[in-house]
Amino acid sequence: MLNFALTLAFALVATAFAMSFFRLIKGPSAPDRILALDTLYINAIALLVLFGIQLASPLYFEAALLIALMGFVGTVALAKFLLRGDIIE
Amino acid sequence: MSRWRDEKASIFGDNSEMNLFLAVLMPFLGAVLVALASRRGRAFAAWCTGGVALLSLFLLLPAMAASFDGTTTIQRLTWIPAAGLDLAFRLDGLGLLFALLILGIGLLVILYAHYYLSAEDSLGRLYAYLLLFMGSMLGVVLSENLIQLLIFWELTSLSSFLLIAYWRKREAARRGARLALTITGAGGLALLAGFLLLGEMVGSYDLSVVLASGDIIRAHPLYVPTLVLILLGAFTKSAQFPFHFWLPHAMAAPTPVSAYLHSATMVKAGVFLLARLFPALSGTPEWTWLVGGVGVATLLVGAVVALFKHDLKGLLAYSTISHLGLITALFGIGTPLAAVAGVFHIINHAIFKAGLFMAAGIIDHECGTRDMRRINGMWHYMPHTAVLAMVASAAMAGVPLLNGFLSKEMFFAEAHAAAADWRVGIFLPAAVTVAGIFAVAYSLRFIHDVFFNGEPIDLPKTPHEPPRWMKVPVEIIVVLCVLVGIFPAQTVEPLLAVAASAVLQGPLPEHNLALWHGFNPALWMSVIALIGGVLLYLGRKPLFVLHDRLSGRLDARAIYEHGLRTIIDFARRVLMRLEAIGLQHQAAVLILAALILGSAGMLGAASPLTGSRSLLPVDGVSLLAVLTLIGATLAVTVLHRQRLTALIIVGAVGLIVALAFIKFSAPDLALTQLSVEVVTIVLLLLALYFLPPETPAESSKSRRWRDGTLAVLAGGGAAALAWAVLTRPANSIAGWFLDNSVTGGGGTNVVNVILVDFRGFDTFGEITVLAIAALGIFALLENLRLIAPRRDVAGRRWDSDVHPLIMATFARLLLPLALLVSVFIFVRGHNLPGGGFIAGLITAIALIMQYLANGVTWTHARLPAHTHPWIAAGLVIALLTGVASWLFGRPFLTSAFGHPSLPLIGELPLASAMAFDLGVYLVVVGATLLILINLGMAHSVSHEDEHAKEGPWKP
Repeated sequence: MLNFALTLAFALVATAFAMSFFRLIKGPSAPDRILALDTLYINAIALLVLFGIQLASPLYFEAALLIALMGFVGTVALAKFLLRGDIIE
Repeated sequence: MSRWRDEKASIFGDNSEMNLFLAVLMPFLGAVLVALASRRGRAFAAWCTGGVALLSLFLLLPAMAASFDGTTTIQRLTWIPAAGLDLAFRLDGLGLLFALLILGIGLLVILYAHYYLSAEDSLGRLYAYLLLFMGSMLGVVLSENLIQLLIFWELTSLSSFLLIAYWRKREAARRGARLALTITGAGGLALLAGFLLLGEMVGSYDLSVVLASGDIIRAHPLYVPTLVLILLGAFTKSAQFPFHFWLPHAMAAPTPVSAYLHSATMVKAGVFLLARLFPALSGTPEWTWLVGGVGVATLLVGAVVALFKHDLKGLLAYSTISHLGLITALFGIGTPLAAVAGVFHIINHAIFKAGLFMAAGIIDHECGTRDMRRINGMWHYMPHTAVLAMVASAAMAGVPLLNGFLSKEMFFAEAHAAAADWRVGIFLPAAVTVAGIFAVAYSLRFIHDVFFNGEPIDLPKTPHEPPRWMKVPVEIIVVLCVLVGIFPAQTVEPLLAVAASAVLQGPLPEHNLALWHGFNPALWMSVIALIGGVLLYLGRKPLFVLHDRLSGRLDARAIYEHGLRTIIDFARRVLMRLEAIGLQHQAAVLILAALILGSAGMLGAASPLTGSRSLLPVDGVSLLAVLTLIGATLAVTVLHRQRLTALIIVGAVGLIVALAFIKFSAPDLALTQLSVEVVTIVLLLLALYFLPPETPAESSKSRRWRDGTLAVLAGGGAAALAWAVLTRPANSIAGWFLDNSVTGGGGTNVVNVILVDFRGFDTFGEITVLAIAALGIFALLENLRLIAPRRDVAGRRWDSDVHPLIMATFARLLLPLALLVSVFIFVRGHNLPGGGFIAGLITAIALIMQYLANGVTWTHARLPAHTHPWIAAGLVIALLTGVASWLFGRPFLTSAFGHPSLPLIGELPLASAMAFDLGVYLVVVGATLLILINLGMAHSVSHEDEHAKEGPWKP
């Protein structure tokens, strides 16, 4: 059962990953791309957690934690750039 | 000062086997001390310098005393045992003689320089350089190891460069210094090659071995090249013809320097080398012809040119060249007695020439010029100095009752004796006598032109006697000249005997130091030289006219300058040709070359591209990630002209690379990559603000095709290489680290243990570089004020909401969480993925987040504006952790570890490496913040201006 759920989850998250990537390339506007990147980060977190469950190892969770933290900062910086140009003022 | 000396004295008492090393080291330490001490006055600096020289002398005393019994003191300190390198020092008779010259004349020069240098010139700098030179020169004469000798040899060239260029604002000083460094430096290279050959021949670089292996060396097929290379080193240093021309230009140095380096010590290093290697190299026809021939040529050229120099120091410089030639010629003759005479003349020349230079310096000091056509009749102005200078000059001419006479007569005798063996008939004695005639003539000119010959002409100053103590060094020297000249057997004989027997490394020949040897050929040669010299000087007028007409025809320095210019021009042209093609073409050439070489290697190799390792299975998610990575990379390449878009997609590339690291079991790398990714985005956004949003297309279509093809081929090549490596089973050093990580470093996270323990020293170097880079960037950004664009890419005005409330609030909430994560990552770093570097980046990012969301003003109210102290603290902590292991008698950065158990928390893995990691952490946080925030601050002013123009803005 868990195997089936894992496989399905992998498939779904991978699809989301692919679609986010498509939006990242396609755009068309800069906010679209920034959102796409942010979603890619979230998809990556999901993938890592799934990997952790599959291999029954907690090692992946730190990376997921860090992506959650760091992805947010990157998104904020990009958004601030769109808003004001100057990100540290 | 006295306390310091006492301390050193106790060292001397405890470790007497290190004396020679300490004696050489002392002047180098003293140089630093004096440079600092000079702030407390000139006299204090002079006392310190003299104290250092005395201390060195004091340290050498036991070995010196021993050398009078014929004992050679050899002391070794283990330096790099793995490479078989020891610091080895030796003191025998020859070393004793030179150490006495270096320190004795050094002391006189130190006293003299104190009065010579004017108040505007930094005495401390001169003394510091002089001590550097003194240490280097002591190193040369006291080295047992040839390579070590060469290192000190080069140090004398360098310190001589500093000393000649002491008046660095003067063009002549700088040029003279460069000339001297080029010639002696080139000679040093030749010498290195010669020493290496010598070491290969005898199997050791120890002088004791080399000196005992004369027969092996002389019979070796490489004897001639070795001899030529070593002689090139010796001849350039000792200003032998045709390399003599640097010495007159080195006279741009202050006169104390000329007296010390360019008459008594440094130029004697070349003849020292001849004397030192005399048992190993001499005794062949090649030696005799090369050394003797060059010596006689130098003797003649120097003596003749000296007569025609109007510059006081120029005359002395050429006379020095001539006397060095005389010594070289004596070693070239090669008989034991000639070697004794050579050593004797080294002593005598060092004494009287140092005195003459000092006298010349006094005259220059008092008259403001060194032109002998203007300096006349000084007898009336400074009779005391005149007497001193005249006695020293008479010693130089070889007048009886003075020291110069004795060694010169030995030289005449040897030249006469050698004439019979050499089958050169009358030539050698004749040449030597001619040189003697010129020597008398120029010595006479020095006396007559300066002290008599009418009244001075148009002098800048009115000369009078110099300060009392300025004359004291000259007086001491002149007394020595007379004492040695009249009572040679009672004064100089013991020193000469030990020095000469050290040169010969064998029994001393029968020699008789006395004034009167009867009516022999040498006496007649002396008489001819004296009378001929006087006659030559009386008939000098037509000769001077002839010289003026011929001068400028053949100037060795002009040839040298021309050669130098040609080389520089050539290099510049090549460089221009390469630079003119532009960065992209250069890269293309480089990549093409790598491609050709790489393909040649790959196609030429017999082995297949794919190795024997079985491939891993591919799962769908990994495949998708790889395809995304390729797609993102292609997209960046295609879209690179839209800068912001390219940056966003690069973010995705970084993310997928991090995922790949995790997938292939490199969690530490992944964590680092993720943190660096964010810092990169912030950094690039800061820069992007000022750049135009789009890059125009500049390259032509054909060029893009060419570059594209090159890129694809080179990328394909790199991929093929990676494929070939990854499909082969590799034996790496990883196994060792995996096995030893816990036992050796007390941590299970091998990456972290390598960083902070096994390779801790490298990490320490890296964080130091990081700190320096951060400070450098800070310095470059200071006062940088850039004009910011008013509108964004699409031409819209910037939003007026500087710090949106929701973002600011959430960012504040995030800070403690992020810091918690960073502490967590830091603490577990030694055993599980994490560590100081990653934790530092997380903290830095968390803090930068506050700047992003809440602004500089808000954050600076809560955080220090400058993070320099954090960087400093980090470096100090890392350093102290390393040094602490010394306290336990372990090498630098040895780590200690334990696993104490605490209530509530449980077992806590602790290692001293964690303190080191804390240092890393602080440096990373400080450096990252310093760089990014200051780059960001370069913008802030522009916005303030904007606000000022548009009226105050309210949130």
